[in-house]
Amino acid sequence: MLNLYTRRRITNALSLGISVLAMLFGLFWLGWILWTLLEHGLPGLGAHVFTQTTPAPGSSGGLINAIFGSVIMTSVAVLIGTPIGILAGTYLAEFGQRGWLAPLTRFINDILLSAPSIVIGLFVYEVYVVKVGHFAGWGGALALSIIVIPVVIRTTENMLRLVPNSLREAAAAIGAPQWKIISFVTLRAARAGILTGILLAIARISGETAPLLFTSLNNQFWSSDMNQPMANLPVVIFQFAMSPYEDWHSLAWAGALLITLSVLTLNIVARVMFRQKSNSQ
Amino acid sequence: MPNLLREASLKRQTVFDLLFRNLTRLAAFAVLALLAAIIGSLIVGSMPAINAFGFGFLTSSAWNPVTDEYGALIPIVGTLVTSGIALLIAIPVSFGIAIFLTELSPRWLRRPLGIAVELLAGIPSIIYGMWGLFIFAPLFADHVEPWLNDNIGTWPLLGPFFSGPPMGIGMLTAGIILAIMVIPFIASVMRDVFDVVPTMLKESAYGLGATTWEVMWQVVLPYTKIGVVGGIMLGLGRALGETMAVTFVIGNAHELHKSLLMPGNSISSALANEFTEAVGDLYTSSLIELGLILFFITFVVLSLARLMLYRLSKREGHGA
Repeated sequence: MLNLYTRRRITNALSLGISVLAMLFGLFWLGWILWTLLEHGLPGLGAHVFTQTTPAPGSSGGLINAIFGSVIMTSVAVLIGTPIGILAGTYLAEFGQRGWLAPLTRFINDILLSAPSIVIGLFVYEVYVVKVGHFAGWGGALALSIIVIPVVIRTTENMLRLVPNSLREAAAAIGAPQWKIISFVTLRAARAGILTGILLAIARISGETAPLLFTSLNNQFWSSDMNQPMANLPVVIFQFAMSPYEDWHSLAWAGALLITLSVLTLNIVARVMFRQKSNSQ
Repeated sequence: MPNLLREASLKRQTVFDLLFRNLTRLAAFAVLALLAAIIGSLIVGSMPAINAFGFGFLTSSAWNPVTDEYGALIPIVGTLVTSGIALLIAIPVSFGIAIFLTELSPRWLRRPLGIAVELLAGIPSIIYGMWGLFIFAPLFADHVEPWLNDNIGTWPLLGPFFSGPPMGIGMLTAGIILAIMVIPFIASVMRDVFDVVPTMLKESAYGLGATTWEVMWQVVLPYTKIGVVGGIMLGLGRALGETMAVTFVIGNAHELHKSLLMPGNSISSALANEFTEAVGDLYTSSLIELGLILFFITFVVLSLARLMLYRLSKREGHGA
């Protein structure tokens, strides 16, 4: 029989060993997925991807219309979602000390933050696509903007809370009205953090597929008309990957690599930027 | 004269203040309105199906566009089973990762590892789906599923769940891929709540001669219980609503099998696959009702998660 002391040491070593394995387990999948993307995506990633539109099976083509559509819809979504998000976040941080609105909004916002994105697609389908009678780029942008809002609200509130109160008091002491204090002092002090939030929101929506399926759908041709179905990278990847054609698969891999690289770059840039900001303070 | 000017300017600023405050309040209100609109539109959209099937929709396993009969049982079971598998795998792994990040990792490694875990969360779900379909599923079919068949498949109780043709695509594959996707969410919440444990508490335990494991299991975990459960629920909320990754690998068959190796369907993958092709009001409406059910389930799970996390952070606030 082992004595208690040895048994405890063995339990400890065993569980800590398992915890190291768990960490490696997590890193293993990250490495494997990234490696797969490079292995299958790089060969298909040539100049043609950026110069030609999506092909019919068997002919050559690229992804330019899908890239363009994604960029347009993401930009519109950010333009719609960011102002609302920043304003609401400002309310929560600066005016939300009393009353029921702020706690309730905070709670609902936290839920919307992780709500299933496909349901948001259904919602936009119901209120927009059904009304106008066809799939359209505006619908896609609208669905994406609904995903942007909660992300921006959360970071804006958190960042404004980090701004020291003495700054607000100093501005108030020299007679600045509240709207000036908030827009020229606190929001400006929290600028880098809020920008981080916007970058994270862009990263979040640039890979979203589900809300676009029922809203912007897809378009095989070049189209810059937001009132028409619009091509976008995620849905093109979905359709091409599910197809039986080998050349479509290779384009899907190239698109997947593109999306992942941009999402990961945005994530890293956002984190590095925020870190520099907090160091300089 | 200057006095009058100053007064006018003061008045103007007061008006600006009022406008500004109400503008931000309006934006906050918009969030509530958004939620109400989402729920409202889903209810309106699913009215035809609710009228046609009533509560029987929840327990019916029919799904037949030809005879226009629909039931939600198969997708609901698929969603719950895949999320359940995901949690079974993700909880212990996330706990291990959180212990490693808070207690074992050297300080310089913490940040890069934390970022790596967050990158895992940042990879879009469609990428997980593609990787799952083209890379993971074939390997799983060739190497793991035959082994499961031969070994666990013959057991008396668990056996039926793990026997079946090794196709690579199915509930188990979907569950494993979901697990990989929710690990970063659960792990980062666990790490954050472990960090709020007062150092004094941990050091007292170490001072009494406790091992690292004992400190984690008997001091840190009880202290952060609510937050840990909250984090798990948050992961569950993610897993329930996850669409693209599941759609690629679950097989999309409206069938109910005992075996986890067989294809099935989840609410979100049924929506992703069928919604744009659905013809007829009742078909569309049934799919929207599926969406409503999904939203309801995730809403409840996420609300519980948030309430638990709030409770923990409140206690921390009082302690400080």
